Amino acid sequence: MAQPVEISLSVNGAPRRGSVEPRLLLSDFLRQELGLTGTHVGCEHGVCGACTVLIDGEAVRSCLVFAVQAEGAELTTVEGLTAGNDAMHPLQEAFRDAHGLQCGFCTPGILMSMIPFLRDTPSPDEPQIREALSGNLCRCTGYQNIVEAVQLAAERMAGSTAAPAPAVPTIGAEAGS
Amino acid sequence: MSKIHVGTSPVRNEDRQLLTGRATFVDDVQLEGMLHVAFVRSDHAHAMIRGIDVSAALEREGVVAVITAEELGDYWQPGPLLVPPPPIEGLVFNQASQVPLAKDRVRHVGEAIVMIVAESRYIAEDAVADVFVDMEPLDPVVDLEAALAEDAPVLHPQLGTNLAAHVVQRHGDYEEAKQGAHLVVNRRFHYDRGAAAAMENRAVAARWDARAEELTIWDTTQAPIPIRNGLARMLGLLESRVRVVAPYVGGGFGPKIMMFYPEEVLVPWAAMRLGRPVKWTEDRQENFFATTQERSQIHDAEIAFSADGKILGIRDFFFHDTGAYDPYGLTVPINSQCTLLGPYDVPAYHSEFRAVFTNRTTVTPVRGAGRQHGVFVMERLLDIGARELGLTVDEIRRRNYLRDDVFPHTFQILFQDFAPLYYDSGNYAPALEAALDIVGRETFRAEQARLRAEGRFIGLGVVSYVEGTGIGPYEGARVTVEPSGKVRVATGLGTQGQGHYTAFAQIVAEVLDVDVADVHVVTGDTREFGWGTGTFASRGAVVAGSACHEAATIVRRKVLEVGARVLGAEPDQVELDGGSVRVRGDHGRSIRFGALAGHANPLRGAVVPGTEPGLEATAYFGPDHGSTASGVHAMVVEVDPETAMVRIDRYIVVHDCGKLINPVIVAGQVQGGVAHGIGNAFYEQLIYDDTGQLMNASFMDYLLPTAMDVPRVEMAHRETAAPLNPLGLKGVGEAGCIPTGAAFAQAVEDALPHLALEIREIPLSPNRLFELLRDAKGREQVTGDRGQPATAAA
Repeated sequence: MAQPVEISLSVNGAPRRGSVEPRLLLSDFLRQELGLTGTHVGCEHGVCGACTVLIDGEAVRSCLVFAVQAEGAELTTVEGLTAGNDAMHPLQEAFRDAHGLQCGFCTPGILMSMIPFLRDTPSPDEPQIREALSGNLCRCTGYQNIVEAVQLAAERMAGSTAAPAPAVPTIGAEAGS
Repeated sequence: MSKIHVGTSPVRNEDRQLLTGRATFVDDVQLEGMLHVAFVRSDHAHAMIRGIDVSAALEREGVVAVITAEELGDYWQPGPLLVPPPPIEGLVFNQASQVPLAKDRVRHVGEAIVMIVAESRYIAEDAVADVFVDMEPLDPVVDLEAALAEDAPVLHPQLGTNLAAHVVQRHGDYEEAKQGAHLVVNRRFHYDRGAAAAMENRAVAARWDARAEELTIWDTTQAPIPIRNGLARMLGLLESRVRVVAPYVGGGFGPKIMMFYPEEVLVPWAAMRLGRPVKWTEDRQENFFATTQERSQIHDAEIAFSADGKILGIRDFFFHDTGAYDPYGLTVPINSQCTLLGPYDVPAYHSEFRAVFTNRTTVTPVRGAGRQHGVFVMERLLDIGARELGLTVDEIRRRNYLRDDVFPHTFQILFQDFAPLYYDSGNYAPALEAALDIVGRETFRAEQARLRAEGRFIGLGVVSYVEGTGIGPYEGARVTVEPSGKVRVATGLGTQGQGHYTAFAQIVAEVLDVDVADVHVVTGDTREFGWGTGTFASRGAVVAGSACHEAATIVRRKVLEVGARVLGAEPDQVELDGGSVRVRGDHGRSIRFGALAGHANPLRGAVVPGTEPGLEATAYFGPDHGSTASGVHAMVVEVDPETAMVRIDRYIVVHDCGKLINPVIVAGQVQGGVAHGIGNAFYEQLIYDDTGQLMNASFMDYLLPTAMDVPRVEMAHRETAAPLNPLGLKGVGEAGCIPTGAAFAQAVEDALPHLALEIREIPLSPNRLFELLRDAKGREQVTGDRGQPATAAA
């Protein structure tokens, strides 16, 4: 077994440290070492997108990244969309209101893919949404309500001028381990 | 008057947990001291095991146990027969169930041979490479017909044959019916395998508490209660000391109703033996080999028509591939046999199938469970008949639908629930007209002609189907009004995304006049509810939903009785009012449910004789027959005849699943089913080579439809209430994917009427369609025969 490597990174706004084997996947680090099991693993070969998280604000498949590669990075997982308070992110609310999920297994990955998409494309049309979703597989929904949920979220996020929802909320809770 | 909840679409009770990442799936279960499992699996489809050397694995640091079939001792037993064959005269059924670990012979690639238990999954997988299995390959059995050849290698020597079953069912006299036929059509049809491909792979975790003598198992099963019962028996434990939890499950689609998979039997055993929690989570590659699959059949079907296009009779011989083992009995081929008849009046039917063992992954139900094969054969026969008779595809259906005054309609053949095939209700012709109206029957043909002049080819497919749903034997539910005033509902089902937490809450909320959000539903935990069978056959809402309704109705009566007593009124003077009981006409006299629950369960004083404590009731529902849902699917495609790419421009579903509990959830089920059906029709095929190796066991090579491939389904619901249950419910979970292949084939043919193209197989990948188009063009060039133009719908 290779010597463990010390890593430190920020996860959902909190500093975290770990001592990990170089071969440990980031998805396994998040799920097993940090207990952040909202990030799901569906294929471990980078196709299904269920394990998508944000690294420095960009959507990345955490099954294709080693934990050691995340040294010094700022990560956001699905838990980071609500942590610190109980209010769901407008994107999460839109998924609930549009019935954009059934079993919910692929959902965290889809949410994390859509966060940077909506940041970069705040008023997307349907073809743009479908293309953005095409890197995430869902077996339950047939995608239609996911498309509508993303559309609804975009409309609501554009409309909320008083307090625009940050694409990634800043969180201070949850001490590092 | 209680507020109406059934038929509305509140947001789902379960969504907050799922959206925030707090929902617990089996792989999320992490316990102190937990060990992890990986399996050594067969690389060969068919081979003898001559020796297993595990010594290097045992020496690896972090490996805790290496388990072979030998190590299991008496625990090594073939799995039980989950579904015995129906009592059909002359039926032959040869049973051969899966084993926990292969002992002397492997029968499909991916069959488990050695179980490694280690401190981490990483170490366990390292140790897999340490194990040497000495294998002597045998000739594999892959082709369905060759499997029954005289000199074919035999998978199960104790049976002496690869024949798993032979079943003949008939009504009327086909040969006699054929005598008077104006037209007889005879064709061979192929349907091939796909994967269920739930996004969550299977997983099992187990913890043995030696002090409490209690075993807890977390399992991605669709049937937690039968799993508990079976494992208690196998492990020699009381059922009450075994708890099976199927928490949130990431999609089922059938393979998770298969029970006593090797891993499901081994992980609890290992946890008891090693005295530490043990978990195994399937990876995607294992899922392609070790999770059950479906759909390979070959049909030789014949249909006899009168001159006016009436069906006189059908004869069908088919081969059904059951894979390496047949623990699930005959559910899939019986469904094919029965569902072929569809919504049509078929006076004479002779259906005969042979199920065969092959060296491929075991076959058990996958969403649709054999029904789509029957529908494909029937719909294709009708399309070919229409062409030969000069009728439109819709007219030939119109002429053959069962009339709406024949219900209930009983056939002389047995369905998968062992009862005669029975249609409780239905109204088929209006669904066809509704679908054609949505398509725009006038404008479509004009548009097709206009585009064809531009060199573009669009086509329309319109097909019908029925689905037997909501079969017995039974499900149960317990409804409790708690001291908080909230209502708790426990059922024995497993749930995999169907919205049970909301749909059942709606049923109970309406009976008890409370908010849907105040009804907390628990499913899939045998400690909460210990009687039931599971989630399959599109039956959850019908059977468990009806049990919820019954239990809630009893609780309502108790609430009114206790409420009247507490308020000093007669039971007929009180009514429900949004979580309270009040005296009719005297609204100042009322009591909240929470306070009432306290009165119903006092600490002192006397309970009224003849009453039970608490505001609680348990009820069971067992229907005599399944209720038969139905529908029409229409598809508009554009085909590029050069590249064979097909784009689905429109998809229309007119669906009848009886009374809708939650229209938005129903629409989601249909849309998702259609996506699965589109995958089956055009993208997904498990490709085995002639040695039994699966050639495309990854999501890079096995293509699931993406958001770019699945169109918005235009949907209309019809509600022909089922008379078999109090709410008039029929199932919907599988319907969306059943007729899709048939609609796709008809639509592609309709787009290219200038080619003599006759599609008799599904899946139809772009590659395969390209070959078919090339052949059709070749025929055209050789003979100058442009084929008889397909006579199109509308």
